[in-house]
Amino acid sequence: MNMRFYRTTMKEEGNSANRPSNTAFTQQRLPAWQPMLSAGVVIPGFLLIGLAFIGIGVGLLITSRSIQVLELDYTGTETSSPCYQCTMSNQSNCVCKLSFSIGTLFKGPVFFYYGLTNYFQNQRKYGVSKDFNQLIGDVSYFKSPSSDCQPYQRVNGKPIVPCGAIANSMFNDTFKLYQIINGKEELVPFDGKGIAWWTDYNIKYRNPDYTPLKNAFNDTEKPVFWTKPAYELDTSDASNNGFINQDFLVWMRRAALPNFRKLYRRITEGNYKDGLPAGNYSLEISYNYPVISFEGTKKVTFSNVSWMGGQNEFLGIAYLVIGSMCVVMSVVMLIVYAKFRFPEED
Amino acid sequence: MLRWIRQQLGFDPPHQSDTRTVYVANRFPQNGHYIPQRFADNRIISSKYTVWNFVPKNMFEQFRRIANFYFLIIFLVQLMIDTPTSPITSGLPLFFVITVTAIKQGYEDWLRHKADNEVNGAPVFVVRSGSLVQTRSKNIRVGDIVRVAKDETFPVDLVLLSSDRADGTCHITTASLDGETNLKTHFSVPETSVCQSVSQLEALQAVVECQQPEADLYRPLGPENLLLRGARLKNTKEIFGVAVYTGMESKMALNYKCKSQKRSAVEKSMNTFLIIYLVILLFEAILSTILKYAWQAEEKWNEPFYNQKTEQERNSSPILKFISDFLAFLVLYNFIIPISLYVTVEMQKFLGSFFIGWDLDLYHEESDQKAQVNTSDLNEELGQVEYVFTDKTGTLTENEMHFRECSIKGTKYREVNGKLLPEGMTDDSPDGSVIGDEVLFLKAVSLCHTVQISYDQPDLPLGASDPFSHVNGFSSNHMEYYASSPDEKALVEATKRWSLNCCFNYYILKITIFCRRQQLFLWIPRYKLLHLLEFDANRRRMSVILQTPSGGTVLFTKGAESAILPFATSGEIEKTRLHVDEFALKGLRTLVVACRHFSPEEYMDVDKRLTAARTALQQREEKLQEAFDFIERDLQLLGATAVEDKLQDKVQETIEALRLAGIKVWVLTGDKHETAVSVSLSCGHFHRTMNILELLQQRSDNELNLSKEIFLYGHLFLFACRIKEDHVIQHGLVVDGASLSLALREHEKLFMEVCKNCSAVLCCRMAPLQKAKVVRLLKTSPEKPITLAIGDGANDVSMIQEAHVGIGIMGKEGRQAVRNSDYAIARFKFLAKLLLVHGHFYYIRIATLVQYFFYKNVCFITPQFLYQFFCLFSQQTLYDSVYLTLYNICFTSLPILVYSLFEQLVHPHVLQSKPCLYRDIRKNSLLSFRTFLYWTVLGFCHAFIFFFGSYILMGEDTTLMGNGQMFGNWTFGTLVFTVMVITVTLKIALETHFWTWMHHFVTWGSIAFYFIFSLFYGGIIWPFLHTQDMYFVFVQLLSSGSAWFAIIIIVIICLSPDVFKKVLYRHLQPTSTQKSQVLEVMVFVLSPHDCSLITDESRRNITVIMTSSVTVLIVLC
Repeated sequence: MNMRFYRTTMKEEGNSANRPSNTAFTQQRLPAWQPMLSAGVVIPGFLLIGLAFIGIGVGLLITSRSIQVLELDYTGTETSSPCYQCTMSNQSNCVCKLSFSIGTLFKGPVFFYYGLTNYFQNQRKYGVSKDFNQLIGDVSYFKSPSSDCQPYQRVNGKPIVPCGAIANSMFNDTFKLYQIINGKEELVPFDGKGIAWWTDYNIKYRNPDYTPLKNAFNDTEKPVFWTKPAYELDTSDASNNGFINQDFLVWMRRAALPNFRKLYRRITEGNYKDGLPAGNYSLEISYNYPVISFEGTKKVTFSNVSWMGGQNEFLGIAYLVIGSMCVVMSVVMLIVYAKFRFPEED
Repeated sequence: MLRWIRQQLGFDPPHQSDTRTVYVANRFPQNGHYIPQRFADNRIISSKYTVWNFVPKNMFEQFRRIANFYFLIIFLVQLMIDTPTSPITSGLPLFFVITVTAIKQGYEDWLRHKADNEVNGAPVFVVRSGSLVQTRSKNIRVGDIVRVAKDETFPVDLVLLSSDRADGTCHITTASLDGETNLKTHFSVPETSVCQSVSQLEALQAVVECQQPEADLYRPLGPENLLLRGARLKNTKEIFGVAVYTGMESKMALNYKCKSQKRSAVEKSMNTFLIIYLVILLFEAILSTILKYAWQAEEKWNEPFYNQKTEQERNSSPILKFISDFLAFLVLYNFIIPISLYVTVEMQKFLGSFFIGWDLDLYHEESDQKAQVNTSDLNEELGQVEYVFTDKTGTLTENEMHFRECSIKGTKYREVNGKLLPEGMTDDSPDGSVIGDEVLFLKAVSLCHTVQISYDQPDLPLGASDPFSHVNGFSSNHMEYYASSPDEKALVEATKRWSLNCCFNYYILKITIFCRRQQLFLWIPRYKLLHLLEFDANRRRMSVILQTPSGGTVLFTKGAESAILPFATSGEIEKTRLHVDEFALKGLRTLVVACRHFSPEEYMDVDKRLTAARTALQQREEKLQEAFDFIERDLQLLGATAVEDKLQDKVQETIEALRLAGIKVWVLTGDKHETAVSVSLSCGHFHRTMNILELLQQRSDNELNLSKEIFLYGHLFLFACRIKEDHVIQHGLVVDGASLSLALREHEKLFMEVCKNCSAVLCCRMAPLQKAKVVRLLKTSPEKPITLAIGDGANDVSMIQEAHVGIGIMGKEGRQAVRNSDYAIARFKFLAKLLLVHGHFYYIRIATLVQYFFYKNVCFITPQFLYQFFCLFSQQTLYDSVYLTLYNICFTSLPILVYSLFEQLVHPHVLQSKPCLYRDIRKNSLLSFRTFLYWTVLGFCHAFIFFFGSYILMGEDTTLMGNGQMFGNWTFGTLVFTVMVITVTLKIALETHFWTWMHHFVTWGSIAFYFIFSLFYGGIIWPFLHTQDMYFVFVQLLSSGSAWFAIIIIVIICLSPDVFKKVLYRHLQPTSTQKSQVLEVMVFVLSPHDCSLITDESRRNITVIMTSSVTVLIVLC
């Protein structure tokens, strides 16, 4: 066999200038794996995947079920709601208190979220309405904000810093949580650190290099809806002030969907390190943010998290459903396979 | 002035007169009557672009494509109005696509430039101011005297002035023009043939009056004075000629015709799909716009307090706003039209077509020729062929003729051992020596041809003195004949074998007749060739007029029996006709030979007519035709010859395979019907069991036209009835040219009906244009079948160009068919692999490519559409701009390209041994509306799953991270995008049956690249970007365990039903392709080692299972 091949190649050299080369590539003979989706391969595969998914699903569901969530609406549309009077027009500095009780220990660390519905942070015009150069502390842009910020670019002829719709509409309700112990209100300490992405806080957003920070904002105007300028967002902590104020950062990360939650505080300190013990609580809300005009609601949520985040039954259920469907499909295929074992040649 | 402008713009042809006047050596008359004519220079320009016009011209051509134009419009819209995505998102892919195409076209043009420069810069010798000057080819002007030496090609169309021979003749070969290798003799005008030196030429004052340039190669200037550019000088030391047609006006350049653009069925369906998608796009955009306004009707959604409008927005006109919103949505969804589809298809075709040329199975060892791809646009059409129209001679047969029999004066002769014997005699029987009529017949055969002889020592003073010297010179086997027609060659070789040795050298003919058994008497009569009446396809005969040694004038003519017998007035007409039919029945090619003696007066008349016709400047063709018709009549029939043409290797198997593949084979031939039928039978086109229906013109022409039609109609009707009655028996139809044209004219429908129900059709006595007409008829019939024409000769060119796919056979009849074909192969048998394997592969590849492209873009853009429902139709993009840009050009481009280059659904051996698999893909089945719907719906389903899967996951608005932090909108989009890239890549992986290392590399590589790119892209603050929306979004997404679980489950949800469906279909409704995949796997289990272990008994079992793929088993064991 080899000999013959050799001889033909020898012969070629004479007058076979056009002979195509005999390689696996040119002859389309590359070694190849040729898998076939036949029942024999797929049935065990589906069965395996199905069983594995059911297992994972159960695991995910158990994890998700172990997470405690407490959600309280405080919009105040109903007259019975303690915040009802705050929805009346021209109420400034309205404070309302929401009382609730916890039956069992709410395991820590507890995360405290505020939530809005029907609020479209994902509108295009809203989303582009900011000036990134201002937010990295470039003061030259303080004087001439990007035109994207319109109509929140200038007020009374002065540039707005930070300009734009997102910053302007920053959520400004504040919360204080008290545990009622023996009729006395004890303040539950909130931790405002670590609620924004680490990269947002440390790298992406920067304050201008001025001390005091206030000087950078000369000849600028605060956003129209704000009660205090950016450099006074947290006067107590310089590392949480200005553009790197974590509440500000949380707000600036636009939510994907109209109903969203944003992290407000964590409860990690003091007596509440291990969670909120059972008992009565009172949430003091300084109610500023109007949502009635667009039929929105406001709520607060207490939640603890597992490795997979907050309570989310979707994944567990999806895995269970798909897992069982895979099993069912493999059974169907098995029946088909048994009946029509071999496709007959005709 | 106006006229000058019009001329420059090309409205008026620049040459006003019908002839051009060329002053030799540009010595113009002094008397001032001369109006200078402008001629092109001798530059050959085959390139399309120059450095300067490349960019604008190429851009213009590319934007003429509808898809590119569409993207240009989108790009311009983005530049003009405020749109959701930056112009870069559509500008960059467009730029990429345009650049890739431009690079490809630029490269091709660069190659052409290189070739042009080589030609234009070639050194030539020109007579200028009294001496020979070496210059470059491009500097030759009309009127220059050019010197060409032996074996050089002519740089320009020349009129021969003189050669080194006293008689002013030269030999040329036009192999590179039309592939005819025979030597052709060209003459110079006697007046100039004496000017053999530069100084003599210097004194020459002459004018050449000639026609304006035209393309027809076979209509030379005068009686063979014109030496065409590209032809090669042979056997002549040097010649001088005057340039008459230069550069782009030379005949060779005028024959560089742009081929008509053939479009494949796939491309047509692709365009249909594009239009459907355009409609979907418009629908989505309009729906979004309307919903946006419906939503905005409520004040609270129109302008919530946190997102107020600017004054300008409030005040702009509603109609303008509506239009700009519509355009913005159009831009947002524009990616549903796959921008890179065209460029990928183009690359796939260009790269994929190399496999045909590379295929060793399509390589012909003996002639050292591999398959040749002239256009890569039609690769997939090879998988769609329903009708094959094949020529017979040279295509089914070898076109290697051998003389077998002849009929002289009503007696049949056979060639036995190199001797010509009357029928019934054996070799040993006493000498029936050649006498009388036989001699005349043999003379006719040996004189009436255009065969050239190449001799080893060409400089021998032939034609000169001693007849013995060249008899000796030729006596051995030194002679080689060059003939344009293999029949002639066979006849001349035969006459040589029967010791009638002839050589034909310019215009003196010498015949030496050796007596048998070498005891010779030598007879060297001289014939002078007076006129040659060339062969043409319409007349179907050729003649020579000779002066006999005795001084008489005689015309010998030979040609098809139908072209000569009607004009014969004497001789054994009936007997010869009978013999011709008998020969034909044996499958031999017949020619009839006749002669006519002229009286001196008659000859004078003939000579006058011919000369007048030949020198006519206008309507020469028609005039010549008239003259020929006048001369070739009142013939005396001498006899007929029969030549055998051997069938090519494996023709029967190939035709059988094509038939099993569901392809109808029609043989279209110019041969007479008996020959054609017998060849058809021997090559398996007709079976013995077939019921053969014959539709032939009655020989007796005394019936009226009307009755012929009725007769034809009756036959057709009868056939139709018979076919309906008889389903079991296969029918074959024989029809001749005359009946065909009548049938096509009068009863097209009925005829087609009959044809379609016949499993084999044979058309004989076909003129070249009729062949094309038949093809066109089938092509335009209501079913619009895909046709393929295959042929080897110039007479097949029209058919090759007409059919959807034209295939040229690299045969002996020149390269005209090859040049005009789309694909060229060396042998007919290669057609089976070309269609069954390559065609099948290419079709599957490109069909899946097209479907997949639409699918992946639906997947891509539908989530964006769905997202609008959740963001107040504010045109917010779901994905980041960079992802929008790169999705089609980076993340998902390579797997499909590799798939479309290398996919093999079934092993090639299986495809070839089971031609019926070809039926699985017929009628464009993979691009049928149903499949299209499947892919589109699948795309939409997957898009819904991506979007709503992510929506439910995120929409519960709980955190997905262990640290309780929340994701934003870009993370949501990135999650959808990640799931999409993985699913779409795995979907093509599911479709792949043939995983080479390249598939693994690009499939897993694409996914890996997406991850690496995203990490990189999100890991850096990009200084030139306007916003840093994507900063660390991807890392954050991946740091969430839930996101991983979500990605996995969504991908599985998308793909598992698909797998399930595939398995069910495979087992419930397997296509034959799938069945053969099973067989294939079983076969592959048996390695050669295993085979040796198989016992006899088990071997029998295996054979039982695989009756239909026995070849595979043999191949592997």
